[in-house]
Amino acid sequence: MVYDPFKHASSDRTLSAPPSAFDYMKDKVFRSFAYCCALAIILLVTYIVFELGSQALPAIKTYGLGFVTGTTWDANQREFGVLPEIWGTLYSSLIALAIGGVLGVGIAIFLTQSFVHAKLELVFRTIIELLAAIPSVVYGLWGIYVLIPLLRPVAQWFYETLGWFPFFGTELSGPGLAPASLVLAIMILPTVAAISADAFQRIPYKVKEAAYGMGATKWEVILKVMLPTASSGILAGLVLGFGRALGETMALAMLIGNVNNISLSLFAPANTLASLLASTFPEAGEIEVQALMYAALVLLAITFIVNIAGLAVQQYAMRKFEGKK
Amino acid sequence: MTSLSDTGEFIAKKYEPKGPVVLDCQINNIYYGNFRAVRDSHVPIEKNKVTGFIGPSGCGKSTVLRSMNRMNDLIESFRFDGSIQYHSNDIYGKKVDPVVVRRYIGMVFQLPNPFSMSIYDNVAFGLRLNGFKGDEEEMVVQALKRAAIWDDVKDKLKNSGLSLSGGQQQRLCIARAIATEPDVLLMDEPCSALDPIATRQVEELMVELKEHYSVALVTHNMQQATRVADVTAFLGVDISQGGRTGYLVEMDDTQKIFEDPQQLLTQQYVRGEFS
Repeated sequence: MVYDPFKHASSDRTLSAPPSAFDYMKDKVFRSFAYCCALAIILLVTYIVFELGSQALPAIKTYGLGFVTGTTWDANQREFGVLPEIWGTLYSSLIALAIGGVLGVGIAIFLTQSFVHAKLELVFRTIIELLAAIPSVVYGLWGIYVLIPLLRPVAQWFYETLGWFPFFGTELSGPGLAPASLVLAIMILPTVAAISADAFQRIPYKVKEAAYGMGATKWEVILKVMLPTASSGILAGLVLGFGRALGETMALAMLIGNVNNISLSLFAPANTLASLLASTFPEAGEIEVQALMYAALVLLAITFIVNIAGLAVQQYAMRKFEGKK
Repeated sequence: MTSLSDTGEFIAKKYEPKGPVVLDCQINNIYYGNFRAVRDSHVPIEKNKVTGFIGPSGCGKSTVLRSMNRMNDLIESFRFDGSIQYHSNDIYGKKVDPVVVRRYIGMVFQLPNPFSMSIYDNVAFGLRLNGFKGDEEEMVVQALKRAAIWDDVKDKLKNSGLSLSGGQQQRLCIARAIATEPDVLLMDEPCSALDPIATRQVEELMVELKEHYSVALVTHNMQQATRVADVTAFLGVDISQGGRTGYLVEMDDTQKIFEDPQQLLTQQYVRGEFS
């Protein structure tokens, strides 16, 4: 029985009663279920890391940290290094984050600050969310058949007129960083836009009202008040988008050129860790698979660090703007 | 004594202002979509006075106040029929940008709404918006002192405005509103979230403010109206036409409204017979 010393002591007319034993049981079951779910995720991640680690162990022992600084990937010579892939992964993701981030936040502002009628906002939002549903391989094909031919004359012009500038230092021969990063930007756009739009929507009406009440114009309201208020949510969207860009595989494997090359040029072919994994795995021998597992671990570590750093920046923004501890 | 005021045809006796008028509000109708929120109310806001608005819930006090700096323009279905003369220009005139109106006619809202930025930046916001070139820090400190919050925040001006308690936030919002020294200050139940001590401080501020500016104050608290308002407008609710339409019942010197009201409805309200 549920312990309740108050029932007898209180007035006869009271309808107050303690929760039943069944209520307590439901409470307990639900709580254990929630704990189990959380635990399952932790176990799963630990297991993946453990499994990757144990398969990569021979490679880790052989190549050590030289793996991260090496620049050759040659299965015949048994020489493995992923510095070009780390560079390509970070470089392409950063470009994608810059383009997709600006566009995504811009779209979020457009969708939430009553620029168009509410019904039209919904239409736009649905279209943008649809972008997230397009399979990665379709983006890859689109990149090959539409984007690269479109980019070629533009890239040629940049190369010829601004070739002295490191970003435009090479010709675009086909696949390369520029088409890959542009497609990545489009792919992370829905994530950034949706999460930023939610952040804007969560801002209480009274804040907007206060800003307009001070005599701010629409742009002043958005840039000086709404943007800092939504900043922690926007940052969350950017971190998720960046994470997605780091791990994106199929479209990049099709578009980036898969060449071990460290170059600042946007038109040079390059490679990323995920793309290396996807394109090398099918024909890899035992030793090379071990090296690939090591590369996967490196990618996991990069993603982990980026997420932690993103979280720290987000916490900082929350403290600074929202006064939260 | 008349109780004509319930019939939907009643129009209040015109209040004759004794001094110069800063905002001459002639409201014929205010609509939200098809809903008529306020009708036939002429409420002149006199210069260097506190004009109080009292009345039962839903009588349109806030709607009237928010019409005075075009805050209601943010609501799409809002429609204003009438005119509000400010320095002999209609603020609802075709060429007038609501943004300009709001720079001269400031507002303090019912719920505290500081921005997600530091306490200092909150107060400096209006100064920067208006391109103030003088000593910004001095103006910020002065505004914080006048809003009776300086002692609470002087050591943490860099902290977020949202880290303050509700009552402190409201005083911060008052500091933000008065930092730019607006010509007219509209206050929509500014003390409803404040404790009695802070309320008293804000009331003293209102009295001090009216030396240079004009204040329009919506309040639910009749004692507050008697303490700070020079002139009081009493708005009633007209339910004769289906909806709940607010209208001016009586406007006069505060003392007259509370001691010798001419309308039965006013008398009942100030006696506390309904609210």
